[in-house]
Amino acid sequence: MSQYYLFQDSKKCIGCHACEIQCKTNKDLPEGPKPCQIIQVGPKFINNLPKMSFVFMPCFHCENPWCVSACPTGAMQQRASDGIVFVEKDLCVGCKTCVSACPWGAPQWNPDTGKVEKCDYCKDRLDQGLAPACVTTCTTGCLKFGKVEDMTQIRRQRHAESVASPENSSF
Amino acid sequence: MDKDVFSLCFMCSVRCPIQVGVKDGHVNWIQGNPHVAGIDGRLCPRGSAGKSLLYDDQRLQSPLIRVGDRGSGNWRKTSWEEALDYVGTRLKEIKDTHGGHAIAFGERAQLATHVSKTFLKALGSPNHFTHDALCKGSMNTACRSMFGYTDGQMGINYANTKHIVLYGRNIFESINVKEVNTLMDALEKGAKLTYIDPRVNVTASKAHRYWMIRPGTDLALNYGLIHVILKERLYDAEFVDKWVHGLTDLQDFIKDYTPEWAETETGIPAGEIKALAKEISREKPAVIFHYGYRCASHQNEIYMRRSILMLNALMGSVEAKGGIFFKKGPGAEGGKPARKLTEQEFPKIEVPRFDKVGTPDFPLPDPAHGVAQRLPYAILNEDPYPIKALINYRLDPLMSIADTNGTKRALDKLDLIVTIDINYSDIAWYSDVILPESIFLERTDCIQQMNGLKPMMFLREKAVEPRYDTMDGAIILKRIGERLGIGNYFPYENMDELVDWQLEGTGFTREDFAAKGFVSYGKSPIFWDRNDIPFKTPSKKIEFRSSLLEDAGFPSFPPYESPAAPPDKKFRLVVGRTGLHTHISTQNVPYLNELMKENLLWINTEKAAALGIADGATVAVASACGNGRIKAFVTDLIHPEAVFMVHGFGHEAKLAKRSYNQGCSDALLQENLYDKVGGSPAFHDTFVTVTPV
Repeated sequence: MSQYYLFQDSKKCIGCHACEIQCKTNKDLPEGPKPCQIIQVGPKFINNLPKMSFVFMPCFHCENPWCVSACPTGAMQQRASDGIVFVEKDLCVGCKTCVSACPWGAPQWNPDTGKVEKCDYCKDRLDQGLAPACVTTCTTGCLKFGKVEDMTQIRRQRHAESVASPENSSF
Repeated sequence: MDKDVFSLCFMCSVRCPIQVGVKDGHVNWIQGNPHVAGIDGRLCPRGSAGKSLLYDDQRLQSPLIRVGDRGSGNWRKTSWEEALDYVGTRLKEIKDTHGGHAIAFGERAQLATHVSKTFLKALGSPNHFTHDALCKGSMNTACRSMFGYTDGQMGINYANTKHIVLYGRNIFESINVKEVNTLMDALEKGAKLTYIDPRVNVTASKAHRYWMIRPGTDLALNYGLIHVILKERLYDAEFVDKWVHGLTDLQDFIKDYTPEWAETETGIPAGEIKALAKEISREKPAVIFHYGYRCASHQNEIYMRRSILMLNALMGSVEAKGGIFFKKGPGAEGGKPARKLTEQEFPKIEVPRFDKVGTPDFPLPDPAHGVAQRLPYAILNEDPYPIKALINYRLDPLMSIADTNGTKRALDKLDLIVTIDINYSDIAWYSDVILPESIFLERTDCIQQMNGLKPMMFLREKAVEPRYDTMDGAIILKRIGERLGIGNYFPYENMDELVDWQLEGTGFTREDFAAKGFVSYGKSPIFWDRNDIPFKTPSKKIEFRSSLLEDAGFPSFPPYESPAAPPDKKFRLVVGRTGLHTHISTQNVPYLNELMKENLLWINTEKAAALGIADGATVAVASACGNGRIKAFVTDLIHPEAVFMVHGFGHEAKLAKRSYNQGCSDALLQENLYDKVGGSPAFHDTFVTVTPV
């Protein structure tokens, strides 16, 4: 598993798709491939209130990535230093084996190059000390990137505040 | 060579501050300006698509002169010299024959609007109009009638609010980055959000209370709320006693408008109306009844907006932390604003405006913006006089004024139509000459004077050279002006000189913007002393009973008229926005088009079933003035009386290939109805039929 975690604070996400556009802009991609994507679920009424979910789907950068094992040319790789899964374009022959292998649809097809694109957490930006493109400009700041342990802390904090709030609490 | 340029976005009219990364003369990164609080590097989806627009080869690339019939799309590419000579010669003929007032100029108000206004004033024409009246003319009038200030002089202090009520104000989809974030932060801190709309949207999904109101009855809801607040004395008595003029008039008026009555109008249970009145009054004055942004739905719009402002006044949330406030200009810090070309002396204009604003026929709308939807009438009827030429500066009358077919009939009478734009808009397509403007990343622009709790100035700075044969709008107008003998009103050769001229006397120079992209006049937010608020009404108070209205012959408290329920098999057409597109202007931008190519017609599940309409099926939509085709989105998330579509689709310009003929244009269906007191169009007062095809 990569040592990073990309956390989506769904309470603050407004499903605006700026992350998708910024990602494509940063990678200069044509129409088609979306290395990250917001999938809207709902809205539906829950307790008389309309609720909708926006699920952020980048690559999960697995510990034992199906796509890397499946790739016959060695184009799909896992970076030794931090576990980021990325595709080395020069080695990709467009066989789509990784597309078949990934359970989450992370590898994306680029019709212009006939090769695969995928989320690499913007490793070029990380190497300059920057955050991934999607995180840097997220409209509400609901995307956060960092070491896994820091990200779980945000979730715990939010949950604690939620259960301890006066209207939800028995304290 | 790499550089970072601080500038201002223009993918929509909010003009969020941005930082543009430039490498070897190309834009390779855009983010929000990290030095601006509430922006902090953030950028909305449209802003994120700025590079997609910059490198789009379907935008306008050179001046064009029409060679076939109007709207046929036959163009001759030409030089700037020839295009400007052509426009100059024809405008001169029209001016000499019919007078300067035969020239009208419509624009989407922007940083160089003072240049456009100068152009028209120098020609002796009063006929400059902006998009603003189409969006919120009645709100402007409502604010002046209550406070003596325009809506543009007012702001909302989201950061400190404890409860905000939004009437169809879809903040989380019509995205203004700073507004979204300050509201989100307030919600994180525990603020409550009440959202009222006949349709569910993202903002509704973030609300603590959502009411699917019967369309057109927000005014009844407000009267019900006011009734409870007055009867149970839930208002801020100290503030109201000091500042409100006409409370007893309101008390007399509101007696019969009980919450039970409001329930019959709105469909919202009386008990819930009472509960909101009580709940929100506990948090006063840090509460907001949001007065709206697009305020152009019904023919009684001004009274609906006034009722919202009254609710704020009753809560004492005027010039209060967490409420609404009046924007402070440089003068509040002893500073001076940037100069505008309109400060020059112009020939006196004796004729009325084309829309008759400021005359007894139409006394109250703001002449600084005019009333755009009166243009087709004025042209067709030559009332008050013939209009012969129209210049469109990024305002598209065909898609922005209701009844496109009617607008086309009017445009057909004109001798000259010129459009300054960046894309093949539908009005560009219908013009005689197209003058392409450089996009926001390719031009330096006039100073943005940003009034607010902390007055500031921002600057749009050119990041890269124009990619095509385009020019800055302020230069285009100067060059036409030179051909009309009014070149002396434009004392600059390029945008850098114009900006320097604007900054003279402000104490700031261009270099002061280099560090962060803006300059501040002061350091701390300014709220006025609530015992000493300088209201600009004749009574110096908040005028529930309005002298502005009554002096013009209009009542302050007209009896409520119930909006008609749609006749059998018809629906009230309601329109709105999406975070992925700006009005009519971004549908062809590649990355935005990829995410949203067409609009859909939202229709209630039961109504759709009765009509035999399946989700995703193409339907025909027709009104008294037009018809179109669109795919249906069948859902429980819309009131049965309404159908909804996102504004701005159904483009007719064929060379904008991605957006051509995608979805349906709301303007094609909407009748040209408007609020004859306040000035806004009534975009939600058209009934349509929906039939399967």
